[in-house]
Amino acid sequence: MPILSKEEAQAILKKVLSYSKAEECEVSLNGSEGGNIRYALNAVSTAGDISTMGLAVTSVYGKKAGTATIDEFDDAALERVVRRSEELAQLAPPNPEYMPMLGPQTFAESITYNANTAGMTPDSRAEMVAKSLSVTKEAKLTAAGFLENSTGFSSIMNSKGLFAYNKGSDVTFSVTTRNQEGTASGYAARGFTDVSKLDTYMATKVAAGKASNSVGAKAIEPGKYTVILEPVAATYMLENMFRFDARSAEEGRSFLSKKGGGTRLGEQLMDEKVTIYSDPFNPELPSSTWGGDGLPREKTTWIDKGVVKNLSYSRYWADKKGVKPLPGPANIIMEGGDATIEDMIKSTEKGILISRLWYIRMVDPQTLLLTGLTRDGLFYIENGKIKFPIKNFRFNESPVIMLNNVEALGKPERSISVESYRSYLIPPMKIKEFTFSSLSDAV
Amino acid sequence: MKRRDFIYLSGLGASAMMLPDLKAFGKTIDPSQALDGIDVKIKKELADAALTVAKAKGATYADIRIGRYLNQFIITRENKVLNVANTESFGVGIRVIANGCWGFAAGNMVTKEGIAKTAERAVAVAKANAKIGGAPVQLAPQKGYGEVSWKTPIEKSAFEVPIKEKVDLLLNANAIAMQGGANFVNSNLFMVNEQKYFASTDGSYIDQDVHRISPGFSVTKIDSAQGSFETRRSLSSPVGMGYEYLTPLDSEKVTGITTRYKKRYDMLEDIKLATEQVKAKISAKSVEPGKYDMVLDPSHLWLTIHESVGHPTELDRVLGYEANFAGTSFLTLDKWKSGNFNFGSKEVNIVADKTQVGSLGAVGYDDEGVKCKKWDLIKDGILVNYQAIRDQAHIIGLKESQGCCYSQSWQDVQFQRMPNVSLQPGKTPLSVDDMIKNVEKGIYIIGDGSFSIDQQRYNFQFGGQLFYEIKDGKIAGMLNDVAYQANTHEFWNSCAQVCDEKDYRLGGAFNDGKGQPSQSSAVSHGASTALFKGVNVINTKRKIG
Repeated sequence: MPILSKEEAQAILKKVLSYSKAEECEVSLNGSEGGNIRYALNAVSTAGDISTMGLAVTSVYGKKAGTATIDEFDDAALERVVRRSEELAQLAPPNPEYMPMLGPQTFAESITYNANTAGMTPDSRAEMVAKSLSVTKEAKLTAAGFLENSTGFSSIMNSKGLFAYNKGSDVTFSVTTRNQEGTASGYAARGFTDVSKLDTYMATKVAAGKASNSVGAKAIEPGKYTVILEPVAATYMLENMFRFDARSAEEGRSFLSKKGGGTRLGEQLMDEKVTIYSDPFNPELPSSTWGGDGLPREKTTWIDKGVVKNLSYSRYWADKKGVKPLPGPANIIMEGGDATIEDMIKSTEKGILISRLWYIRMVDPQTLLLTGLTRDGLFYIENGKIKFPIKNFRFNESPVIMLNNVEALGKPERSISVESYRSYLIPPMKIKEFTFSSLSDAV
Repeated sequence: MKRRDFIYLSGLGASAMMLPDLKAFGKTIDPSQALDGIDVKIKKELADAALTVAKAKGATYADIRIGRYLNQFIITRENKVLNVANTESFGVGIRVIANGCWGFAAGNMVTKEGIAKTAERAVAVAKANAKIGGAPVQLAPQKGYGEVSWKTPIEKSAFEVPIKEKVDLLLNANAIAMQGGANFVNSNLFMVNEQKYFASTDGSYIDQDVHRISPGFSVTKIDSAQGSFETRRSLSSPVGMGYEYLTPLDSEKVTGITTRYKKRYDMLEDIKLATEQVKAKISAKSVEPGKYDMVLDPSHLWLTIHESVGHPTELDRVLGYEANFAGTSFLTLDKWKSGNFNFGSKEVNIVADKTQVGSLGAVGYDDEGVKCKKWDLIKDGILVNYQAIRDQAHIIGLKESQGCCYSQSWQDVQFQRMPNVSLQPGKTPLSVDDMIKNVEKGIYIIGDGSFSIDQQRYNFQFGGQLFYEIKDGKIAGMLNDVAYQANTHEFWNSCAQVCDEKDYRLGGAFNDGKGQPSQSSAVSHGASTALFKGVNVINTKRKIG
C-alpha cells in the first residue's frame, strides 16, 4: 500500500487541492517500505521491516506559510488537514525569504526505481546475509554487517499547476571481517539501485582478504606520504566538500569564499585532472529529476578541470542576486582516469594504500581541514609493491589540498560514504603529500 | 527513497543545513496538538492485542512501544525567523523473539488491525533470521511492574510556552550579536517530548513522558581582507528540563574568564560575551605546537568523556556488535576481569547514571522495561563495569540488566545506548583559580569543538571554542588554531587534579549517533574542571588556493 503509482498519487493530490481556499497551496504525498538486517559475531543481531505513508499540506497567505500533515486518507481527514494548514498560515510570522510557488515544470522520467529491489523480503535479505556469513565461517573470521533496502515514492502538486512524482529504490550492504585475535580487520561496502548487482558473497571475500592480509601490522612513523585511496576511502573524505553553495561563499564563510570578498567561481582551485558533476541520468547512480523546491534537475558541472564552474543558488538567493536558481547536487560523479590500483602501486616508490577512513570531522571550515583515521586495511608500499600491513594513522588534511596533489585517477565506482551511507561515483586516486599526524593502536 | 536521501536532496539550503537528522521527527503538526495526550487505557488495549497476536504466531517474548514523539524547533538568523516547525511521529514498534532470534517490525497504522499485522511481520522477520542460525537470545530475567508511569521533573513545559516568546528570545539574542559587530548570527531552539508507552509479555505497562530542550547559537565574524572567518558557539547545554532552563539565575552561573552555566542558562549574556570573544579570536595568537598541561572546563570536557569513556564502556562495542560501524573497544573483557586495569589515575572516578535529575539520559524505565539506576564504571582509576541491556547481562555475570536500552523512535529497534556518564568531582576542595596557579605552561579550554576518535577509542583529537594560554600560573591571553591529540589510556592516567563539586556542571549530546540504521540519542556528561599533564597540542592552521 505505501508505494502508490503516479496516477494514484495524482488523484489524491488533486482531491486535496480541491479543498484549498488559500492564496497558494502545495500538497506532498510520500511513502516508503523496506527492511534491514544487522548481524554481528556471525549471527543476526537485529532486523526490521518498516512501512510508512504520509501527506503534508502547505497553505500560504502573502509570505505567511503553514504546514499540517496527516496519515489518514478518507475525504473528511483530507479536508481537515487543508483547513488546519490554512489556520496555521494565518497565525505564522511572515518569512521574508519565502518565494512564491512555481508553476508547471517539465520533468523527465527518472530511472531511480527498480522492481528487483522493491521485491526484497525478510527471507531474501536473510539469504543474502547467509551468503556473506558462509565466507567468514570458512575463513575463520568474525563478520559484522548490515543490509538495508528501501523503496519509496514522493510526489507534490501545487495550486499553480506544478505536479511532480518520483519512485526510487536503493539497497546498501557493508561488512566488517575481523580475526579471532582482534589483530586484523577488513571491510567492504556496496550500494545499488538494482539488488541483482549486489553480490554479498564476493563483497565479503574482499573484506576477508583485507583482514587476512592485515595480520602482523607494523608501526611506521606518521608524516607526509604518497597515498592511494580506494574509492570507499576517497568518497568519505571528499563528501565533506560536496556543498557548492553560493550564499555561504558570498557571505565570506566557506572554502569557496575569496580573499577580499566574492567567491572563487572561475578560479583554478584544484588539479586539472579533477572534474566533478551531477547527473540525474547516470545509470550507475541515478537521482530524482526534481528537487524539494520543485525545480527540474539537470546535469551540472561543479568543478571542471580543477576550475570552480558553478555554485548552487536557492530560489531566494538567486532572486536576490539576479541570477538563475540552480539546485544543489542530488548526486556526485567525479571523473576518473585509466590507472588501476595495481598500476598506482607499481608506480609508487614509497607510499601507503588506504582501504577505509573513519570518524572524519571538520577542524577548520575555512580550509576544509578534516581530521579522521584510517581503518580496516592499511598497507605500506615500497618500490612498486605492497610490503607489509601497517598500524592505523590519524590524518589532518583538507580535500581541497588533496585534490591539488592528484598524481593519478582510476575508474569511478559507485561507493558508499561509511558514515552518511550516501552513494557517490568516485575513482580510486593517488595523492602526494597526504598528512598523517599520529599513530592509532586501533584495529 | 530513504528519508535521509530526501533530507539530503532538499536539505542543501542554509536553513535546512542546520537541522539534525530528521528521521525521527515525523510529520508537522499544529503546536496545540502537542498538548493533547493519548488515553493510557487505549494504549493498553492496543498493546495487549499486539502481544496476544505475537504469542499466537509463535513468539516466546514480545514487547511493543507505542510512541508519540513531538518536536518543536525554531531556527533564526540575524533578524529573520527561518523556520518554526512542530512535528509529530506516531506509531508502533513491535519486537519479538521467535525460534530464539530477534525480529522487529514497525508501522504507523495504529489500529488493532494495523498492529496485528505489524506483530505478524515481526514474527516473520524473526523466523526468517532464525534460519541463519547462531546462539539463541538469552534475556536477563525482568519482573513485570504492572501499570506504572514516569515523567521528567520539569517546572514549565517548553511546548506550553507561546512560540512568540521563544522567537523573541532568539531574535533579541541575535540583535545583541549584530549590534556588537558580528557579521552573522544563527540561533535555534529544539524541544523534544517523547510520550512512550511500553508493554511486554513480562507484564509491564509503562507510560512515560520525557522532556528535553536544547538552545544554541553561533556568532560569526568575517575578516574579508584576510579571507578568514571565526565562529563562537554558545556555552549552553542540551538538558532534560523544561523551559525553566532558559530563565537566568545568578546562583547557577560560574563566573571567571567567561560566564558558564549550571542548571539555568542566560542566552543574552552568553551571546554578548561571544560577540566580543569572536572578534578576539580573529586576531588571537596561533598556537605553538608541543606539550602542554591542559585545564579543561566541563563545557569542553563532557565531550572528551563522552567519546573516550562513554563509548568504550558500551558492552555491545566491547563484544563486537558494533564492529561494522561505530567499532569495537579497547576495554576488552580481560581488562575488566583482571580487576586491576588502570583506566586512569586515582583521581578518576566515573559513574553511569540514568537517574540524574536534569540530565538528558534520565528516565524512569528504559525501552525494554527495566527500571533505571546508577553504578560505577571507573573506581579510583580502575575499570569496574560496563553498560549492558537484557540480552547482554549474563555475559558480564549480571543477574539483571543495567537499563541502557533505547530507541530513537517507534520505527527503530531498541538497542544498547549510553547512560549519562560523568566524572565525579574531586574530594579535596579545589577551585579553578587555584588549579591554574600551579600550571607553568598550559592551555585552558572552554566549550566543545571539533572531535574525532578511532574505532577502538584509543587515539583522539579535540578542538574547542575558547583557548587561553597559561604561563607561570596566569592566563596570558587568547590562542587560536588549537587541537589536542592523545591516547585515551595515557590521557586519563595524566589526570592530575579534578576541581571540587562547586564547579560540577553537565554538558551533553542532543544527537549522539550509533547503530545501523543510525539512531540518535541524547546523553549528559557531568564534570568539574580537570587538569591533564603533558598533552600533545597541534596547530590546525592551513592555506588553500
